[in-house]
Formats: sequence, structure tokens, C-alpha cells
Amino acid sequence: MSDYQTIREAVRQWESNVDKVLQRFPERKPQFCTGSGIPLECVYLPTEQASEHYLDKLGFPGDYPYTRGVQPTMYRGRLWTMRQYAGFGTAEESNARYKYLLSQGQTGLSVAFDLPTQIGYDSDDPHSVGEVGKVGVAIDTLGDMEILFDGIPLDQVSTSMTINAPAAVLLAFYIAVAEKQGVSKDKLRGTIQNDILKEYIARGTYIFPPKPSIRLITDIFAFCSIEVPNWNTISISGYHIREAGSTAVQEVAFTLADGIEYVKAALAAGLDIDDFAGRLSFFFNSHNDLLEEVAKFRAARRVWARVMQEKFHARNPKSLMLRFHTQTAGSTLTAQQPDNNIVRVAIQTLAAVLGGTQSLHTNSRDEALSLPSEESVRIALRTQQIVAYESGVADTIDPLGGSYAIEALTDRIEEETWAYLDKIESVGGMVHAIEAGYPQKEIQDAAYAVQKQIEAGERVVVGVNKFTVKEDAPKGLLRVDPRLRQVQIEKLQQVRAGRSAAELEKSLHELQTAARDSSQNLLPVILQAVQNYATLGEICNVLRQEFGEYRESIVL
Amino acid sequence: MERKIRILIAKPGLDGHDRGAKYIARALKDAGYEVIYTGIRQSPESIVRTALQEDVDFVGLSLLSGAHNELFPAVVDELQRQGAQDVVVFGGGVIPDSDIAYLRDKGVEAVFTPGTSISAVIDFIEANRERVVSR
Repeated sequence: MSDYQTIREAVRQWESNVDKVLQRFPERKPQFCTGSGIPLECVYLPTEQASEHYLDKLGFPGDYPYTRGVQPTMYRGRLWTMRQYAGFGTAEESNARYKYLLSQGQTGLSVAFDLPTQIGYDSDDPHSVGEVGKVGVAIDTLGDMEILFDGIPLDQVSTSMTINAPAAVLLAFYIAVAEKQGVSKDKLRGTIQNDILKEYIARGTYIFPPKPSIRLITDIFAFCSIEVPNWNTISISGYHIREAGSTAVQEVAFTLADGIEYVKAALAAGLDIDDFAGRLSFFFNSHNDLLEEVAKFRAARRVWARVMQEKFHARNPKSLMLRFHTQTAGSTLTAQQPDNNIVRVAIQTLAAVLGGTQSLHTNSRDEALSLPSEESVRIALRTQQIVAYESGVADTIDPLGGSYAIEALTDRIEEETWAYLDKIESVGGMVHAIEAGYPQKEIQDAAYAVQKQIEAGERVVVGVNKFTVKEDAPKGLLRVDPRLRQVQIEKLQQVRAGRSAAELEKSLHELQTAARDSSQNLLPVILQAVQNYATLGEICNVLRQEFGEYRESIVL
Repeated sequence: MERKIRILIAKPGLDGHDRGAKYIARALKDAGYEVIYTGIRQSPESIVRTALQEDVDFVGLSLLSGAHNELFPAVVDELQRQGAQDVVVFGGGVIPDSDIAYLRDKGVEAVFTPGTSISAVIDFIEANRERVVSR
């Protein structure tokens, strides 16, 4: 009898013993599933093929297909970047928060912009009423950006900016501030989110229709590959897809499908795969279901490596690596008993680290109530530091690799991801799928099912539908001063009064001309406009006029 | 036969977090109401225009960006300007307890915060049924 047959024989014996136990002590539920509904075995056992496919399916850290991690030494070489997403109110207030975070041992910056900035409206635009400085910092002009990074040497930090539709403009602001600091473009390190497709699917801060939006993205790829070579030109994001209620599989599948669409667009624009693919980065959610999440990250790396090698024939290993940022799941945080959120975030942090993330934001306990207070942000950062320095999980690479449960879930998520990718390919790619409302509907159905389970008490949310207590209203919540819009408008008016009208006019006119000619790269003209103190809204309005605006296809 | 209650679920402001709004819309539809959803990024004026066109009894506003103190009352005021003050307005989202009294004072009749069960929303609608069907 082979070893495997011996094991199977023993398993049958064990299972019959278990059956006897079950008759007396049934399990807690008729079926156990992951958070996304993948059925779980009671225990995972060796499979016949496990070692046979090791090199093909897992390989070594830093080797194809990168299941076990993108670097050969992973966290034994360098820990992940601890990068807390922050920004609110004015540039001055946010600048102070960044300096505080850096003083507390944070290793990278992550800028949150307010919604008017994200949608390309100036603070004095009527659309901006009520929103200025609320969910991030308000940036109208280069002047605001200079204040935001005052005293922070841009050649020494890496900065991530959550900006999509107007990403080219904010990148231009950043480059212009760096130049004023005497830092050249090629020294800049950081990331712009620049992922418009998931805005249509789940996040909502779109401006232009898909075609010109994707042109802006490929213009950024082309410009940065030469001028800003260490910049991550896009962060293809599953985070918001998951927050909107998708399953873990949908998060991976729709994100990679978005990635495939960008790669196709860049190739169609005449770029060589290895000139831009190494600067593509990803952004995932880390949810509560620890094992499923670890498997998800591993599966995502494996699928992307295969896509890049087999479909797009990338040759440079960097083009095959799925490098990603992670954020813990905001949607899992509860307004009830908010301190419990610290524990949720700790579990999600473990999942991200066991899954091999390159950088991490940990959410603060009070985010279901308001913007996080300084104390809450510190606890969130300390959570990462405890996992990094005390838990030991960073000291060996992919510590859950080889676990029967993890490998089986990794295979399963991979398989279901391919099925979605094939389906999306068959309808002509992600832009078509989005226009038909397909991913939106899939996500919404998943979200609806989960909420129904919570309402029915079938899915326990501690402190919400079980283990509840009577609570007092929370104290010490951070509020943004509602007078802030007025302050910001006054600053904006000063900038408008102090600039050269002729220079401004000329650069906006050049922008308009360039927008009409898709063979021209828009980045140099946008950079020139921001240096002449054109506002974000003025630049975006020229582009709105030329490109038109996207209309949501409502799916219910 | 009892007239079906008509509800508009709307998203004023600029935030794209529509998971809650879509859940409420769908769950209310499942509970037997006529429900219309505006989609995201609607101005108070366009919300009221839709409310009038669709002749709704309730407008439910969802906002997660923190702009509720400005935008919820703007919808109530615009309804009044258009002579539709009998439409009942309620709201939900990440709204601090300390803002709820202000919003109620401004004519937002109920505010539902995270973790509220759909039955609480249905109870509120049913408690106002007589009032809206007799308008």
C-alpha cells in the first residue's frame, strides 16, 4: 500500500470514530463556511498531489508564481510599510497629523483628500457645500499642497495618495512641491490610486467616462516610466469592492479583471509590457475571516503572475509580481462597543501579514462613529507594531504555507477567480461588464445576502446582534469645524488674486488643445498649469468640457 | 385596497458609499413598499425633483461623509419651497448622536445609525402610514 493509501485508510477509521462523537455532541452549525460562503471541511488532510505540484503552485518566496510572497526574504529582510491613511480639514491640520504619525514610528504617508478634491471641484464650487475638509484634506491649488508637505522632505518619505479621477493633477502638484523643495522627480517614491474602474463599480468618485479616463491613466504610465521611475502609477483596488459587500473571491476577481483592462489599454497605447507592469500595484481589504483572507492574498498573487506571464508574455520578473497595500476592513467596525474594534483590527492585521502584504493601514476603533481621534490612531498603529515586533509571525516566510486548510482555500479561491475572469473576458472585458452593471449586481447580491443573515441573527456580529449592552454616547469624537469651507475659500481667492492671468489662460488653453489630441501626453501640460497656480477645479473643468461626464448605471 | 406607500431612497452629497442605501432600498421593496433609488451624488434640488415626479410619501437620505448637517436640512427646505412639506424625511449614515437633535429640529423626522435593523425603519414608516395616506 502506498503512503497515501495508508493515510486514507486511517482517515476512514478516524471518521467513523468522529461519527460516534457527533451523535452525542453535534457540531455548532449544520455547515461551516468562510465569511464569503466557501464551505469548510472539518479538518484538511494531505492530498495525493500536494508535493507533486509544489514547484508549480507554490514555489519559493520571490519566485514564480509568488504564492509564498514577492520577495525572497520577505519580512526577515524588511518589515512592511506602516502607512496610516490620514487627512482632514485644512492642509495645516493634516500636515500636523503627518508629522505626529512620523514621530510615532509610521514609515510612510498616506493622504486622504476630501470629496470635492477627489471629484475635481474647488472648495467654492456649489457641489462642495458641506463636504469641504470632511473625509480628507481640502486641496485646491499648489499653495495648499506646499503647506501639506511643509517640513516633510519628499526624497525621504514615500507617499500614497488616494486620488483617482484627477490623479494626474494631484501627481503634478506633488512633483511641483518636490521641485520647490529641490527634489527631482526621479527621487520621488509613492503611489497614486489612479484606479477609475473600481470607482464606477464601487467607490463613486468618477468624473469622466471610461475612455478618456483610461487615457489619463495610460498617459500617467507613459510619463512616469521615464520621468518618475520609482512611482507606483496605479493601485488597483479591491478594497472598496469588498467594502461595498463583495465576497473575497469577487474582490480578487474584479480587481484582477480591472488590472487586465489597464494592461490591455496600455498595450493598445503602444507601451511595452515590461516598461510599465513592474509599477502596477494593488490594494486589498483584510477582513475578519483570517484563513480565507490569508488564502485570498496568496491566490491573488498566483493568478496575477500567471495572467502576466501567460496572457501578456511579460518577461521581467517584476512585471509578474503582485505587490499590494492592505487596509483592514472599515465595514466590519461597529458603532456599538467600539473598543471591540481594536480586536477585529488586530485579527485583520494578522491576516494581512500572514498573507504577505507590502504595506498596511490599520483602521481606528472609532471610525464607525466619526473621523478617528489621535489616541485611536495611535492604538491602530501600535497594533501593527505589536504584530511586527512581538508576535513572531514576521520572522518566518509564509508561515501558514503548507497548511492543508490554507492550501485548499487558496486553490478554491484561485479556481473561482478564473471562472469570473473567463466570464468577464467573454463579455468583452471589464469596461463592458461595468456598463452592463454586472460586477455591481454581483456585489450587491452578496452584500444583501450577508445583511439578511445579520438581521436574522444567522451571522453573529458581536455587540450588534448578540452580546449587546446598554451604552452611553461616545465622547471625544473628532469634529471638523463647519467654518472650514469659508477659510478654504479665502485661501483660494488669495491664490487666484496673486497669479498671472496671462500665464494661467495660456496653460489652460494648451490643456484644452492637448485634451483634443489623444496622441499628446497630458501630464506635461497639467504640470505646467499647476505651476501657474491653476486650481484643481479649473483644470478638471477644462477636461469635463472636452471629455464629458460619466453617468452611473443604477443597479438595484 | 390599501394604497402602496412610495419611498425615495436618495444619496445627497458626494460620497459613493451606497451599500447601506441599496440595502435599505431593497429590503423595503422586499417588505412590500414601492421604492425608487436615486443613485449617488445627487443635489438636494434633484432629489426633490425626483420626489415630486415620483409622488413619494417618504424620502430617506443616506450620507456617510459628514455633510448631513448641511445637506439633510437642504432637502427638507427644498421640499417646503416646492409645497411638498407633507413628504416625510428620514435619514441614515455615520451620524454622531450629538447631531440627531439638530437634524430632528430641522425636520428630519428619524435618523437611523449603523447597526439599526430594517424592522426599525419599517416600524417608523408604519407609524406614519395614516398621516401620509391621508395627505
